[in-house]
Amino acid sequence: MKLIQGNEACALGAMQAGCRFFAGYPITPATEIMEWMARLLPPERGVFIQMEDEIAALAAVIGASWGGAKAMTATSGPGFSLMQEHVGYAAMTETPCVIVDSQRGGPSTGLPTLPAQGDVMQARWGSHGDRAAIVLTASTVRDVYEVTVAAFNLAETYRLPVVLLLDAMLSHMRENVELPPLPVVNRRPPSGAGFQPFAGAEFQAFGDGPPFVVTGLAHAASGRPRASDGPNLDRMLRRSIARIENADDVIRYRGTALEDAEHLILAYGITARSAAGAVQLLRRDGVRAGLLELQTLWPFPERLVQELAAQVEDVVVAELNLGQLVLPVRAAVGGAAPVRHLGRADGTLFSPEEIAAAVRTAGDREVARA
Amino acid sequence: MPRVGEDLRRYLQVEAMPHVWCPGCGHGQVARALATALDRLALPLEQLVLVGGIGCSGRTPFYFKANALHTTHGRALAFATGLKLARPELTVITNMGDGDTAAIGGNHFIHACRRNIDLTAIVYNNGIYGMTGGQQAPTTPRGARSVTTPLGSIEPAFDIVQLALAAGATFVARSTTFDFDELPSLIVDAVRHPGFAVVEVLTQCPTYYGRLNELGDAVAMLDYERDLTLPQHAMTKEGLAGRRPLGVFRREVAPEYTAQYAELCARQAKRS
Repeated sequence: MKLIQGNEACALGAMQAGCRFFAGYPITPATEIMEWMARLLPPERGVFIQMEDEIAALAAVIGASWGGAKAMTATSGPGFSLMQEHVGYAAMTETPCVIVDSQRGGPSTGLPTLPAQGDVMQARWGSHGDRAAIVLTASTVRDVYEVTVAAFNLAETYRLPVVLLLDAMLSHMRENVELPPLPVVNRRPPSGAGFQPFAGAEFQAFGDGPPFVVTGLAHAASGRPRASDGPNLDRMLRRSIARIENADDVIRYRGTALEDAEHLILAYGITARSAAGAVQLLRRDGVRAGLLELQTLWPFPERLVQELAAQVEDVVVAELNLGQLVLPVRAAVGGAAPVRHLGRADGTLFSPEEIAAAVRTAGDREVARA
Repeated sequence: MPRVGEDLRRYLQVEAMPHVWCPGCGHGQVARALATALDRLALPLEQLVLVGGIGCSGRTPFYFKANALHTTHGRALAFATGLKLARPELTVITNMGDGDTAAIGGNHFIHACRRNIDLTAIVYNNGIYGMTGGQQAPTTPRGARSVTTPLGSIEPAFDIVQLALAAGATFVARSTTFDFDELPSLIVDAVRHPGFAVVEVLTQCPTYYGRLNELGDAVAMLDYERDLTLPQHAMTKEGLAGRRPLGVFRREVAPEYTAQYAELCARQAKRS
């Protein structure tokens, strides 16, 4: 047992996953991840570098990944906004890497020290064009460790940039935790002749075999640019997106008291802690509430949400923004159950009472309507 | 100029041609100088990564048989920094234009200079944005016309050599495509230099810069480059008389980033 901070758990998870390159730029509330990596990497002969801005940080991470290193950066909203072009570059070039965004109140400089969940849509759609996106989140210090390892494993498995969304509260929160070794997925080198660098999971770093091309232009499996071949790019994007949709290892979630639930609370990240408290309060009063805590926000677990929504009377989505993840929830639920949104952007967490009250009024409204 | 012989074709990705460059563009001369330099350096191509930015110059890596990392606009040096740190044994050469280097990538350029990381940056300076159709660059001379300065530019131009010197690059050189014969040896010296090396090459863009400024065809523009510049050794007491000096401006050995980092790690490993 060890009393550690969320950001420290993230750094320890990265080390456990085999991360050996970190490039970053200081920003509240993510900075401690960088500070820990600056201490943890050199003894392992890993590389730490503080870059001149967040654009350069993600560029260096991608460069290092092509040098064969498992690589990561960590930032917060303003830095994450700057990184967006390179998130798309990493997706286009099938570069495994991990980007941590510890969310704070936005837009702009916003509420630098206060928690938010306002980057959920940016993490999915922030870079121009279509792409496959894996976005994870966590609600406890222990989870931060585990989900950071999962982020690396998924990045390596699917050769994608994986985004891990934390928030100012979780980043700075301290909890007593055990951090056991976890299974690690390593990069798969080319297995035989006829290797194509962009034809699947196998990855060749520069210097480890015959020379090849990496480009952000649309390209063939060989890597050679095919900048005017629209159908080729369309095929490539569809294949990449299809690989992660509803893949079992991609969709991570935790259910609490769902078996007999009549009222579903859907929450994620730090808000799931308040929502778990709300379930306890409601159950104490005989209200059958259950919690679906999503750890994978994107690809959105549409089927899971659909199935659960079909079994309940109503759904409350609680999140620290003015209405982001509620949009795919509404699309998935369709008409199966009314979906109520509980959101805020004032840098304050929901209390369990507030979420419980929302569930109660959602229920009342249904009674009134009936 | 002799035709490209078999010796240089070994370095060129002929299947990727025809290249994107316009007839008369100087970038092909720079690419040829790079091929010549690679031949003299005798580097294994598997251990060489040519990094490109975005623009006409950024396409150069596609035409070589080495590894090619074609990045984003302005950020080639940031990608190269990560790659070099992860794999210090690789030789990494960036190919960027003047807009790449001094406008959108200005921040990365000065910090790469400051860190003194063992990369070679070839800066293709044609004084204009070619790929997007002839807009003003931060290197467009005051008074020069571009499609976004139709009445002549009122901005002073960046001097990339001065920028690199001020920011701390330990090898800084300038040449032109007119001085084609000396260019390969400058690139060889830059690659061999154990630190951050900048080679600025003034190169002609007859399609946009030349046409908009009535400088004539590619050959006339080579003469223009000759008249615009002066080798350092040819400088008289009157100095440059408004001409840009050529040659090597700094060649100093200073602590190199990846070597220092390896030492830090070794020290740390001993201690723990």
